[in-house]
Amino acid sequence: MAPASPSRLILSRRDLDFLLHDWLRVDELTKRPRYAEHSRDTFDAVLDLAEEIAAEHFAPHNRTSDEHEPRMVDGRVELVPEIGAALRVFTAAGLMAGAFDEELGGMQLPHAVAEAALAWFKAANVATSSYPFLTMANARLLIAHGSREQVDTFVRPMVEGRWFGTMALSEPQAGSSLSDITTRAEPADDGSYRLTGNKMWISGGDHELTENIVHLVLAKIPGGPPGVKGISLFVVPKYLVRDDGSLGERNDVVLAGLNHKMGYRGTTNTLLNFGEGVHTPGGRAGAVGYLVGEPHHGLTYMFHMMNEARIAVGMGATALGYTGYLHALDYARTRTQGRSPAAKDPSAPPVRLVEHADVRRMLLQAKCYAEGGLALGLYCARLVDEEQTAEAGADRARAHLLLEVLTPIAKAWPSQYGPVADDLAIQVHGGYGYTRDYPVEQFYRDNRLNPIHEGTNGIQAIDLLGRKVVMHDGAGLRLLLSTIRATTARAGGTAWAGFAADLEVAVDRLGAVTAALWSPGDPELALANASAYLEAAGHVVVGWLWLEQVLAVEASADPRSNFAEGKRAAARFFARWELPTVHTRFDLLESLDRTVLDTPDHWL
Amino acid sequence: MNIVVLVKQVPDSGSERKLDPADNTVARAGADNVINEMDEYAIEEALVVKEAHGGEVTILTVGPDSAADAIRKALSMGADRAVHVTDEAMHGSCAVQTSAVLAAALQQMDYDLILCGAESTDGQVSVMPALLAERLGIPQLSGARKLTIDDGVAKVERQTDGGFWALEAPLPAIVSTWDTINEPRYPSFKGIMAAKKKPVETKTLADLGIDPSTVGLASATSQVLDFSGRPPKGEGVKVADEGDGADKLVEYLASQKIV
Ligand SMILES: Cc1cc2nc3c(=O)[nH]c(=O)nc-3n(C[C@H](O)[C@H](O)[C@H](O)COP(=O)(O)OP(=O)(O)OC[C@H]3O[C@@H](n4cnc5c(N)ncnc54)[C@H](O)[C@@H]3O)c2cc1C
Repeated sequence: MAPASPSRLILSRRDLDFLLHDWLRVDELTKRPRYAEHSRDTFDAVLDLAEEIAAEHFAPHNRTSDEHEPRMVDGRVELVPEIGAALRVFTAAGLMAGAFDEELGGMQLPHAVAEAALAWFKAANVATSSYPFLTMANARLLIAHGSREQVDTFVRPMVEGRWFGTMALSEPQAGSSLSDITTRAEPADDGSYRLTGNKMWISGGDHELTENIVHLVLAKIPGGPPGVKGISLFVVPKYLVRDDGSLGERNDVVLAGLNHKMGYRGTTNTLLNFGEGVHTPGGRAGAVGYLVGEPHHGLTYMFHMMNEARIAVGMGATALGYTGYLHALDYARTRTQGRSPAAKDPSAPPVRLVEHADVRRMLLQAKCYAEGGLALGLYCARLVDEEQTAEAGADRARAHLLLEVLTPIAKAWPSQYGPVADDLAIQVHGGYGYTRDYPVEQFYRDNRLNPIHEGTNGIQAIDLLGRKVVMHDGAGLRLLLSTIRATTARAGGTAWAGFAADLEVAVDRLGAVTAALWSPGDPELALANASAYLEAAGHVVVGWLWLEQVLAVEASADPRSNFAEGKRAAARFFARWELPTVHTRFDLLESLDRTVLDTPDHWL
Repeated sequence: MNIVVLVKQVPDSGSERKLDPADNTVARAGADNVINEMDEYAIEEALVVKEAHGGEVTILTVGPDSAADAIRKALSMGADRAVHVTDEAMHGSCAVQTSAVLAAALQQMDYDLILCGAESTDGQVSVMPALLAERLGIPQLSGARKLTIDDGVAKVERQTDGGFWALEAPLPAIVSTWDTINEPRYPSFKGIMAAKKKPVETKTLADLGIDPSTVGLASATSQVLDFSGRPPKGEGVKVADEGDGADKLVEYLASQKIV
């Protein structure tokens, strides 16, 4: 069995500190009333704590829970005990409450710092970290849209870590297209609802980790408008809650089965049946649910929280790619094999893998994806802070608009390239990487989920090209392009002027290609190649963030360190190897290529 | 009950540690510095005693400015206040000199119980509790795997290779702890926020009335004369299995006196 990863192989604290402080200047946030209690010291202490708990309680059972996936025994879910033990440490340290308001027992951490801290857990053990992350997402949604009573009843126990939460959207027949869900919610006399239907893929949908589970469920109230406008959001607890907060009757939501997955195995993934009469709360069948907010606004509420949820998924993909890269680097520095092409003496001792140029190519590529993804995730998290706490309304609006455009990229780009970083990590290990004696194959399997859930990458592509870059008459795209151009302008006259010039060409093309795609006024044609558009836009954005990073390196206190040189090397790699690939995609898009559009099903 | 915990900041034993070739002292600048691992058990024990008997837990640290990080962590775990003795003149001090500084600081404090780790992972001399007991004229109960405070008396189980000794001494006393005594808590988010508001008093040698020429490398009672790195691992031994693999393995293990 692969040994547990020490913290230096989980993530890089040095990189986190660089991004948060040298680049994103998160300490400036402490001037704002919401974060006034914070300082560099509290941020450091939180990151120290996250690293320590991730290394000591999450990493050690990453392989164990992969090898012993959840089992259904007598209708209950059995998990390896290490998962519960780690989560108890996590909640006892207050990590669940981190970003929440003080009033709820939280610490009011800035988003950027919270995402950085939580990345340790995703990198150390993504499956175990899912339980609290789903719970936090659930709690945030209820805080934003639930009633005071719902917050007191359901959110407080979740923030304390006594109950966990789920997000129950998908159904067997409705994943990408939520307008087709069939779960029904019938109003009852007492103002509550009774739900019936099946929910598929529900992560953390059943377990014995906590005494109660709070499901947030999308369902349709009969008689409502068709499609997405007729979807409402409900709280459905596994156990009903009495007025004094104690647990009452078992609700009519039952575990129908577990999905057996490629990765993320420690996270139970469930098919849940609602309202089949296995339990009869109040003497009759039907899962008792409480409406959140107004009827028929469920999807709007979900989407309201979507930016943060999608950034968080992107960060997970980055974290897994990052740890894969660090493991590969470590391996390449210890394993010896072969000699340099210039070596004459066949009896000379073999060199370390990292001394081969092609191995360094793989490492640089993985580094570009891992560190580029981290920069993207933290930049977006910092934008969430701007969106929520900037003093001027115009700054908040600007952050919001930029975030809208960046979110599909922040989700999809790391989900695509994080797994590539893990793929490269396997390749660097050679045959050993393909065995279960090394952890990189698991990182790859775990990471393969990320392009699928929280809106597939195909759906993200349509969201970006079909909605985000055209909304408000293209204002979001214009803002993105001008923001990138502000960076390239700063790079003029520096050693990075060449990279900046290349980036400007790419930025101009992004604007022009977007216009070209929409000029015929044919959405089917425009969206047929949306994935190529998403990839190209993603590379432009990450290229920009690499330029941002090296400009921050040049201005940092230690610009001659190996760390700084590593940032420069990766930026050069991105400029030379990665950025030029956008032009192949732009060429294709600009030609309004019809190949996929005109290939009918029966030719395939 | 006033409890003082001695906390030292050391280079992380899990990362690469170096001596400074200029003067053969531990290279602390640029190292990954953490709380001496064994001290975390002493802090935890102090918090446990406080929870049972009330009182205050004070952290006492002698070390460079960067040791403030170790103090902050101890305060985040739940200690109430700290005293940080920091003075350039201390650089390269030996255990005997450091004990004089600690004793002087302790004499300015109210204490019923002094707790410390049984050893530090950098110097590993393990003499501090004895030196302090001598200087302060109080009993020392060293190497505890269990501590109970009962009516002004400290009772410990001293861990030994073969079992334990039961010892007791009236307070005030100094107790050093092994890592078998408890499971140290992590700081909590609440603790981290609270730590910011806890008092940390900084003192110099002058504040303690100590002549700077009596401490530091030049007048240390012991000095590192020379050092070398651990030799690199040699090639392993390969045993080819030609049906007699098990015998060859046993032979090898016996030759290395492993079995
Ligand atoms: C491990 C795991 C955990 C999950 N956890 C949860 C959870 O906790 N809660 C929850 O509600 N859901 C969860 N999901 C469900 C997940 O969100 C869905 O799997 C996802 O939305 C895709 O839906 P689907 O599986 O039905 O695939 P489909 O929607 O059938 O998609 C199949 C393929 O078709 C493409 N496609 C579909 N529609 C379109 C379109 N209009 N245009 C172009 N291409 C399209 C997709 O991009 C995809 O490539 C989880 C899934 C997995 C695998």
